[in-house]
Amino acid sequence: MTSPGPPAQARNGDQVVADDLVKRFGDFVAVDHVSFRIARGEIMGFLGPNGAGKSTIIRILCGLLRVNGGRAIVAGIDVARDPEGVRQRIGYMSQKFSLYRDLTVEENLRFFGGIYGVPRADLAGRIRFAVDMAGLAGRERALVATLAGGWQQRLALGCAVLHRPPILFLDEPTSGVEPASRRRFWDLIHALAAGGVTVLVSTHYMDEAEYCHRAALINHGRLIAIGSPANLKQTALGGELLLIESEALGATLAALRDAPDVLDCSVFGNALHILVRNAAKSLGELPDYLAAKGLRPGHMTRIAPSLEDVFVQLIAADMASRDAAA
Amino acid sequence: MRIRRLKAIAVKELLHIRRDPRSLIIGLLMPFTQMFMFGYGVTLDLRHIPVCTFDREASQHSQALLKNFAASAYFAITRNVRTYPALVAAIDRADCKVAVVIPPDFSLRLTDIGTSPVQVILDATDDNTANIALGYALAVVSGYSSGVVLDALNRQGRELQQIRPMKVQSRVWFNEDLDSRNFIIPGLVAVVMALVGAQLTSLTISREWERGTMELLISTPVKPSELMIGKLAPYLALSWVDAAFCLAIAALWFGVPFRGTIFTLFVTTTLFLIVVLGIGYLLSVLIRSQIGASQIALLLTLLPATLLSGYVFPIDQMPSVVQDITYLVYSRYYVTIIKAIFLKGSDIPALAVPILYLLVYAAAVVVLAARAFRKNLG
Repeated sequence: MTSPGPPAQARNGDQVVADDLVKRFGDFVAVDHVSFRIARGEIMGFLGPNGAGKSTIIRILCGLLRVNGGRAIVAGIDVARDPEGVRQRIGYMSQKFSLYRDLTVEENLRFFGGIYGVPRADLAGRIRFAVDMAGLAGRERALVATLAGGWQQRLALGCAVLHRPPILFLDEPTSGVEPASRRRFWDLIHALAAGGVTVLVSTHYMDEAEYCHRAALINHGRLIAIGSPANLKQTALGGELLLIESEALGATLAALRDAPDVLDCSVFGNALHILVRNAAKSLGELPDYLAAKGLRPGHMTRIAPSLEDVFVQLIAADMASRDAAA
Repeated sequence: MRIRRLKAIAVKELLHIRRDPRSLIIGLLMPFTQMFMFGYGVTLDLRHIPVCTFDREASQHSQALLKNFAASAYFAITRNVRTYPALVAAIDRADCKVAVVIPPDFSLRLTDIGTSPVQVILDATDDNTANIALGYALAVVSGYSSGVVLDALNRQGRELQQIRPMKVQSRVWFNEDLDSRNFIIPGLVAVVMALVGAQLTSLTISREWERGTMELLISTPVKPSELMIGKLAPYLALSWVDAAFCLAIAALWFGVPFRGTIFTLFVTTTLFLIVVLGIGYLLSVLIRSQIGASQIALLLTLLPATLLSGYVFPIDQMPSVVQDITYLVYSRYYVTIIKAIFLKGSDIPALAVPILYLLVYAAAVVVLAARAFRKNLG
């Protein structure tokens, strides 16, 4: 699926506002001055390694954790002041599967329908919608424990949207789900967003960032980059990317580290990815530079970075700056 | 408070109970086995205490005295020995708990000086049994003794009334046969329900934490009070069944006379069950593991309910510090209430004081339990 880009000019109708959030667990800083906004109907992706603080931020926005600093506003409501008001307007899928495994598909849906006070007249229709959406028609009476992972996750999404919340928080909903099911799950998210639902979704699959309108990269509790996938690819690297094929990868890598205008280089399969200030300039200069060192590189070309390139580069740079500071 | 949410939670809990046989086993089997185990195991009446006799005279008098022992329901003569070492051996082997030794000059002393000692040896490894056996033995001997005195007086032709100016006409109320079972079994219902009730609810909240379902539940607008009432309601229904079961066993199987009304029984039992279930729920909220909560619930209910509730051991015979502590033991109020309902047929006005205590307890537990539940992960 291609992302149609974020809905334009919705800044006043921001559904989620995180303003300078700080969360500490003892000495450990889990969320370190994080700020961002999500517009109505926007799909915001949270990416980052495990333990980066993605879940903690989502839990703060759901009112499940209190902040040590900053303010969270969801659906126009201050989470710290009126968590119950927020809870009525959000749907939440926690990282760990949290439906009742000893209840059937339908019993789970009925339970959440009752908890959220879905009007009785609408309940049957909403349950049918959720069951169809999850692809569980005909399995309404199956115990949830007997369902495969992908089905369980889609049912969890069905339970989360049963009361038609304007905002969805999905914490790693595709984790442990097979690729075909993951794809289907993202189709559902896009359908909901097209209907005006604001979605904050975290994932540790880097490729899934492409499905989001905007993605935020989180590392060590800090938000280190945020933007649309196209925007991130263009600007976040702070340079342009070259691919160099070489017989002698190790020697070439060592030589390029000291080359002028080379910001970074790393091995990517059987080739090197080189980050340079200016691709055209380096394409002209590098062959001579390498030849002077007795190296004869193969094919050399400018490539468009993938989001994975961007994230690997950004996280490495973040680590380096943290080490330097320490 | 929304009825809709209460209902959703109650229905969900019922489904859990139906699908998890463990809680049903706790709910139905435990009261059954405990009523019978404690009902038969705990009795303060001693019957057929084994007696060893050592009759060193073997006269008409001595045999008459021993016949009185044999005729008593409290004693059973299991051994007759002829030497002192044999008697010691019989006690050592626990062939008997009591030995009666009649001196060789028993009849002679009776006729000559009008009195004779009789030795009773008691195995006091169990001092309670020994005490009771001594009491029974004294009664048997003094009964025989009175017979001897009467015979002597009759022979002298004197009137009975002159010797006994006063006579106690005793009437025992409420437990006419002084059967200890009649007062233990109703109290036992309280002990069993205190145990089972707290066990049932001690799992409900901790289970949600352990299975990871709580994180989603607290992200919904459900209120702590709705969660508590919704979760307690199905267990109250289950406990009613249990209590009816235990009470039926008490009245029908053990034959404890029931003189009260079902209405009084229902009102007071419900109040007690709310306290018991509320305690289990509170523990479940505070201790987020199922094992932990159920162990603490067992510890907190078993010892106070058995030792400090007055169900077997009378509270007014305890040291005053311990008596003060028993006011905290909610089971004691229900033990008082249920004994009175069964044996005295007491109604609600007569039981106002213990009912009031239970009411205060119930209110405190319910408020605490609702407040202790926090809707966050911190």
